[in-house]
Amino acid sequence: MPMSKNPLPGRPDTVYYFPTCLVDLFYPEAGMAGIELLKRAGTTVVMPGQQSCCGQPARNCGYYEEARSVARAQLAAFPKNWPIVVPSGSCAGMMKTHYPELFKGMPELPQVQAFCDRVFELTWFLVHVMDIKLVDKGEPVRVTWHGSCHSMREMGVVEEPKDLLRSLSNVTLVEADYEKECCGFGGTFSVRLPEISAAMVTDKVNNIVATGATQVVSGDMGCMMNISGAMKKAKAPVKGRHIAEFLLERIGRGDA
Amino acid sequence: MPELSHDFEHAAVKALGNQQLRTNFRRVMTGLMNKRAAQFPDPDELQALRSRGKSIKDRALAKLPDLLVQLEQNLIANGIQVHWAESVDEGNRIILDILRKANAKSLIKGKSMVSEEMHFNHFLEENNIRALESDLGEYIIQLAGEGPSHIVMPAIHKNKGEIGKLFQEKIDGQGYTDDPDELTAAARRVLRQMFANADAGFSGVNFAAADTGSLVLMSNEGNGRMSTHLPSMHIALMGIEKVIERLEDVGPLISLACRSATGQPITTYVNVISGPRKAGEKDGPKEVHLVILDNGRTRIYDDPQLREGLRCIRCAACMNHCPVYTRIGGHAYQYTYPGPIGEILNPQMQGIEKAGDVLHASSLCGRCAEVCPVKIPLVDLIVRLRRESIRPSADAVKGGGSRKSGMENVIWFGWKTMYANPLFYRWGTWWLRKIGNLMPAGLPLLKQWTSVRSKPQFASRSIYDLARERGIRDE
Ligand code: SF4
Repeated sequence: MPMSKNPLPGRPDTVYYFPTCLVDLFYPEAGMAGIELLKRAGTTVVMPGQQSCCGQPARNCGYYEEARSVARAQLAAFPKNWPIVVPSGSCAGMMKTHYPELFKGMPELPQVQAFCDRVFELTWFLVHVMDIKLVDKGEPVRVTWHGSCHSMREMGVVEEPKDLLRSLSNVTLVEADYEKECCGFGGTFSVRLPEISAAMVTDKVNNIVATGATQVVSGDMGCMMNISGAMKKAKAPVKGRHIAEFLLERIGRGDA
Repeated sequence: MPELSHDFEHAAVKALGNQQLRTNFRRVMTGLMNKRAAQFPDPDELQALRSRGKSIKDRALAKLPDLLVQLEQNLIANGIQVHWAESVDEGNRIILDILRKANAKSLIKGKSMVSEEMHFNHFLEENNIRALESDLGEYIIQLAGEGPSHIVMPAIHKNKGEIGKLFQEKIDGQGYTDDPDELTAAARRVLRQMFANADAGFSGVNFAAADTGSLVLMSNEGNGRMSTHLPSMHIALMGIEKVIERLEDVGPLISLACRSATGQPITTYVNVISGPRKAGEKDGPKEVHLVILDNGRTRIYDDPQLREGLRCIRCAACMNHCPVYTRIGGHAYQYTYPGPIGEILNPQMQGIEKAGDVLHASSLCGRCAEVCPVKIPLVDLIVRLRRESIRPSADAVKGGGSRKSGMENVIWFGWKTMYANPLFYRWGTWWLRKIGNLMPAGLPLLKQWTSVRSKPQFASRSIYDLARERGIRDE
């Protein structure tokens, strides 16, 4: 039997949820789908209303002080020792891998480290901690996947979401060319160097369209906002979905 | 906002518009990525090798001052003359003096990125010494009067048709052909002549082993060996970070560099130079010199985080895998080093005020750091330098703080105020939901965004409201 990757003693009774500010502002239903999946997998979800944003935009631009202030607000919003599940590999990566650097040499570092250890990306958590099993109730569909850079390279989440998609009997997952290449979002990058970002997302969309899939699924709404926006503008016949929303639809929204 | 130099952005946009260039780069970089991947079928072995490469370079850097002294002693014992240059100007002058003393009028060159850093060819030309590049790629760009667009394959931006035209125009008696073999043969004819007649040979250095006082050079064309071997004098040039502790450290580094760079197990030639011709020997240069250049490296070395960049073994994997480099090529980066490693080195060597715009040429996707054979955290270093560009720590980087912007400070202050305070966050996002969708697509930032994307739509309800309605606990 393969070794369990679950660092927790078992399945937790309760988890915290960090939907991210982007999901709150633009895609709340994708965020709600993540909550629903966690519930279906057998845990209680608590979503503190005191949270906001992981602080990544400021950190990436070098504005550490501002990022730290925002990070402190998140540290305060999740006081209990429950896992913090994030439906975005990028925001999870910010909290898990960059908070220690923001608080380097500060007295609260040990407390920050303990916080970081509790941060999980949603699909990884569903697979390795909750051991979720999905029963596909949807019509046959052809989809492709976009892995977010930070999800793959900071959180080490590469196969988990694709394994979830593959576990659905009526879903055919086709790999796009350059699947692991950045979509060109990069936060402020997309507006600081808009031409390069546009070239990247245009290539990404072309590669997605070439798969013949009708939907492209991702675990990060940052990438998805970029890719979907470009697909919509180009009138491409492909729809972008957050994986939580896609999975929930496949297993049936109404069923317990 | 300070007057930013828009050189990078302008050059990048121009490159993006050149479809031929983009197709060339995409094709070649994809080939290189695939070749590299084929060299490392076992991910565990790859990670073990990378850790080993990192630790060899870290060990060398930890003892750098001592190793440089040891290297110098052993080189001298081997009969190699050692020269130290703090700046580009000093480096150029030292080499000019060596050449003048020997009454040398011509120089045949092996590939050296450090010499590009020094604009060495140009300097020699001004001083009436003819330097001819003998690496095929370098030879091509020298004929074209261009700089390298890649650190391993300097002429990669040119296709064979362009090279054919260039040769026809610049080489006496050469007709047009785009046959690669014929083109190589044409270059070889010119170069052979020069190998035989040049007064001095010149090369870079890949690794310098302190324990034996040897200079190690990798190359795929015989030119490296001929440049260092045929003329009666050989001048080698390297940055201070090229020293390693032991000759036996070279093995794993060569393996990593070649497999990461071109997907070869090893380069065709590996030269280990341990001194000039000895009495009774029939060939080899009679004089060997090594010039060791600082050019800002000590300053990089002094910062424990930035020092990590000095592990670089110039394999180019970071640019081969960079989605930005792949689309704009190397020239857009303006200074010597393109791609992610250039984003680190150019601002530190040239100063952030001059070369800092390139720090934003990254979506921070992390592909570079993932493939770097000596585990340089390129993305973290880019972010660190972005920070130095606006809020410098002590005196870490030349031109630190030169990109401070009152406007940006205000924006980030506003951002912080909204996101660090739950009440303001609720209030601010409430307003965005109310009026956000009314913002015209022509507003700054939105305008850039909507050039190829539709406008994102703010949701009418907050996830926190939806969750409350659906009985999700908030505590
Ligand atoms: S930074 Fe790493 S990947 Fe890039 S050239 Fe240097 S060693 Fe190679």
